[in-house]
Amino acid sequence: MGELQYRVIVGLEIHVQLCTETKMFCGCGLSFGEEANSRVCPVCLGMPGVLPVMNRQAFEYAVLVGLALNCEIARFTKWDRKSYYYPDLPKNYQISQYDLPFSSKGYIEIPLEPGGVKKIRIIRVHLEEDAGKNLHAAGNFSQVDLNRAGTPLLEIVTEPDMNSGAEVRALAMELQRVVRYLGVSQADMQKGHMRFEPNVNLIVTSSGTEHKTPIAEIKNLNSFRALERSVDYEVERQLDAFLHTGEVMEMGNKSTRGWADERQVTVLQREKEEAHDYRYFPDPDLLPVELSDEWLEEIRSRLCELPLKKQMRYVDDYQLSEYDAGVLTGERSSAEFFDAAVAAGGEPKRLCNLLTQVGLRLANEAGCGIAELGLTAENAAELAKMIESGAVNASAGNTILEQMAKSGEGPQAIAERLNLLQKSDVGELEALVDEVLAANAQAVEDVTSGGKKSKKARGFLLGQVMQKTRGQANPKVVSEILDRRLG
Amino acid sequence: MDIELLETGCKELRDRIAAGKVTSAAATEAIFGAIEKYDRVVGAYISTFKEQAMAKAAEVDEKIACGGRVGALAGVPIAIKDNMCTGFGATTCASKILENFHSPYNATVVEKLLGADAVIIGKANMDEFAMGSSTENSGLQRTVNPWDPQRVPGGSSGGSAAAVSARLCFGALGSDTGGSIRQPASFCGVVGLKPTYGRVSRYGLVAYGSSLDQIGPLARSVTDCALMMDVIAGHDPADSTSVDEASAPLCDYLAQLDEPVEPLKIGVVSELNAGAAEAVSKAVVDAIELYAKLGAEIVEIEMPHFDYAIASYYTIATAEASSNLARYDGVHYGHRTERPKDYVEVYSKSRAEGFGAEVKRRIMLGTYALSSGYYDAYYLKALKVRNLIRGDFAKAFDQCDCVMMPVSPTTAFRLGEKTADPLQMYLSDIYTIAANLAGIPGISIPCGFDERGLPIGLQILSPAFSEERLLRIARMYEAKTDWHQKRPGIIKND
Repeated sequence: MGELQYRVIVGLEIHVQLCTETKMFCGCGLSFGEEANSRVCPVCLGMPGVLPVMNRQAFEYAVLVGLALNCEIARFTKWDRKSYYYPDLPKNYQISQYDLPFSSKGYIEIPLEPGGVKKIRIIRVHLEEDAGKNLHAAGNFSQVDLNRAGTPLLEIVTEPDMNSGAEVRALAMELQRVVRYLGVSQADMQKGHMRFEPNVNLIVTSSGTEHKTPIAEIKNLNSFRALERSVDYEVERQLDAFLHTGEVMEMGNKSTRGWADERQVTVLQREKEEAHDYRYFPDPDLLPVELSDEWLEEIRSRLCELPLKKQMRYVDDYQLSEYDAGVLTGERSSAEFFDAAVAAGGEPKRLCNLLTQVGLRLANEAGCGIAELGLTAENAAELAKMIESGAVNASAGNTILEQMAKSGEGPQAIAERLNLLQKSDVGELEALVDEVLAANAQAVEDVTSGGKKSKKARGFLLGQVMQKTRGQANPKVVSEILDRRLG
Repeated sequence: MDIELLETGCKELRDRIAAGKVTSAAATEAIFGAIEKYDRVVGAYISTFKEQAMAKAAEVDEKIACGGRVGALAGVPIAIKDNMCTGFGATTCASKILENFHSPYNATVVEKLLGADAVIIGKANMDEFAMGSSTENSGLQRTVNPWDPQRVPGGSSGGSAAAVSARLCFGALGSDTGGSIRQPASFCGVVGLKPTYGRVSRYGLVAYGSSLDQIGPLARSVTDCALMMDVIAGHDPADSTSVDEASAPLCDYLAQLDEPVEPLKIGVVSELNAGAAEAVSKAVVDAIELYAKLGAEIVEIEMPHFDYAIASYYTIATAEASSNLARYDGVHYGHRTERPKDYVEVYSKSRAEGFGAEVKRRIMLGTYALSSGYYDAYYLKALKVRNLIRGDFAKAFDQCDCVMMPVSPTTAFRLGEKTADPLQMYLSDIYTIAANLAGIPGISIPCGFDERGLPIGLQILSPAFSEERLLRIARMYEAKTDWHQKRPGIIKND
């Protein structure tokens, strides 16, 4: 066997629960860990005779995501029944979208280290209802909890455009940021709001020939870390398997593997992909949805600047570091607070330092976001200006920000109360400098003679001025006066 | 037995109750007396709610005695087909799989009836899940035709039609997916209306063929059907397929009922009429002649795709049914097999034990029609035919106000006569299913008797949402005839 090279190919099937007020087709509220089967009604229980009614908010949330993912939005879309028998599916069919999804042909841009961006194409996004949960408790029986049944669920299918576990993770994190920015999902992987199923295989080149390894779909991933690790593990496993067996991709040899987090390995769940026949057909209980220009534009008007674009703008326009820009754009409210403070005249870098150093720490301590610290953008901007002008120094600025969060006072008032203002009045400081020079002839002599003691003596004189002002003189201004006086 | 009271129509009874001339309690008592006496033979009811009905009757009587306002069906005892959910009693669909099923909610039509102060007396027998044309597919009991207990009442709303005919209620609700209101109405000599698809809420109607199912009234006169329509019609936010009243305004169906429709153009397809049994064909022709005498113009129309209606219907209805009935699985409610060895057996055995032969047959047919590789050839093709049939009616209604034809090729057939040959049974739906495919309203009114004394029905079809005119056209005939006043020999005045 000659030189062996391989390329990793990953596509994703993603499910995102929408955080609407009610379920997809009935008036039940969404479930957040309540007692089993307490968030249900005849409709989501699939009782005889019930009919679904489409949740308009869910549809609008879905379209918003479609727009954010640069998809083509269908003006005519319909609901289909997907039939399969499973205890957590009360009607034994799922209301979904088959051949006319509401959106398709989009892409998402994901940030790559260092500073790069990659486009991942999206095949389609459709809306459906989530199933319930089967609980396999102890004993010779299983239980079914239908609280989750009927929750609005987006299914997003990407092209196999990702080439590493790191890229898969980057996409997942970016998507989380996007849907949170749009306010359409809580997108917590641990809680199952966002579920990723990577389809992984390799293109192995050996002796000039390309071989595709069989695709494995990985399930049971509930953290970004697990997502990345599972793909990396799968790459190694497939490469190893290929070298041992030489098995390549064929019709029907796609397998399903589960991620065993405690052992950090994927475990075979199903060897062959079963030939499912879901018997899709249009749901006769629901009308097709026709999206008018007005309605679409109304939804479009709810879009905001998306996180990656914001992040890049911070780097390009404000020269923030990638890292800081990433931190600031982590949450929409923080980024918008930052934007408002910049708009109020705050210098972006100063603001960034204040918010990412002190602001973030305070927010973490309080368990909230930067925007919820009780600061106003105007006050933050004013504080940045004070630092910029030398009215306070950077360390005093941090103290002031902390006080602002505590008391809600403005920065000027805090600086005065805590005596943190620096004296920068040139006339006043000149008089003080002159006093100090007059009283310390020897030191003046040492400086002007330019000998070995010059530097130390200059420091001494500066220290004397600072002492006279109890540390409140602006050292930069004092230093400049000294330079002028001592030539 | 107060035959005179039992002979009263819904509207007349309501007026007399509201005027204090008779009590709802007396009417309800009389109905339960008749049920006790005759329903052992007729078998119209799967369940009755005497205690609850008497309580409701007393409540209405008291309201009236105190001068309170009462609803449009104040104190009138009404039966409903057992595929409409009631928050009281069982809702069985005449199936073993739902034999002990108690719905947690009322269907919208049930709410509307109760809101109109009707007294719901019981749930009527039917073909299991409304699949059938004779009520012989009931998994729970047999219903016979009150005109001849050796014969079927028709179906699938056979219990509702038999109850109205045998004076075991004053009016009833049925459901019509392919003729299930009109055909039993004609077999039992009563009036039955299938409204336009979307006119009456389906919420709480256990689905058979969702794009075809429609609830409607059966009663002993056109007037009573109009009154019941006034109560049950209208948009329901819980049913997305119910039509909003802005695009199809609701009418007061009683207000102008006695106003003849003039001028009136009636479309007929002579070839179709000729396909029915001689007595049926003659009665229908005679009825059309009566309309002509009343001044109507008769025009010959064409229905080029009518012959394909049955194939289209049995593909679409069974496809939808195969999906609608998937939920009866023994997991969540309804019959569950004993000691399954795994969860797959919970499904397979519960369903094998719970469903009857015809239901299984239709689930199989529908599953096949939707299967990968067959969808285009069956389901999709059937939808295309459905569109052609819609087109046939659209063209016809350019030339006429309504179309008249028989309801069924024959009068009521003998029990067991067609059970061995499902296809023969399916073919008996030839005249009724086109209206369901097109979504248009249709009514069956009594128009004579055959040589054995069995009732014959005249079917009148009209454009979507024209029930008000349809009822007036039907009333024109009824006002000049007394077929609807005949009562089956089973009822004795003693």
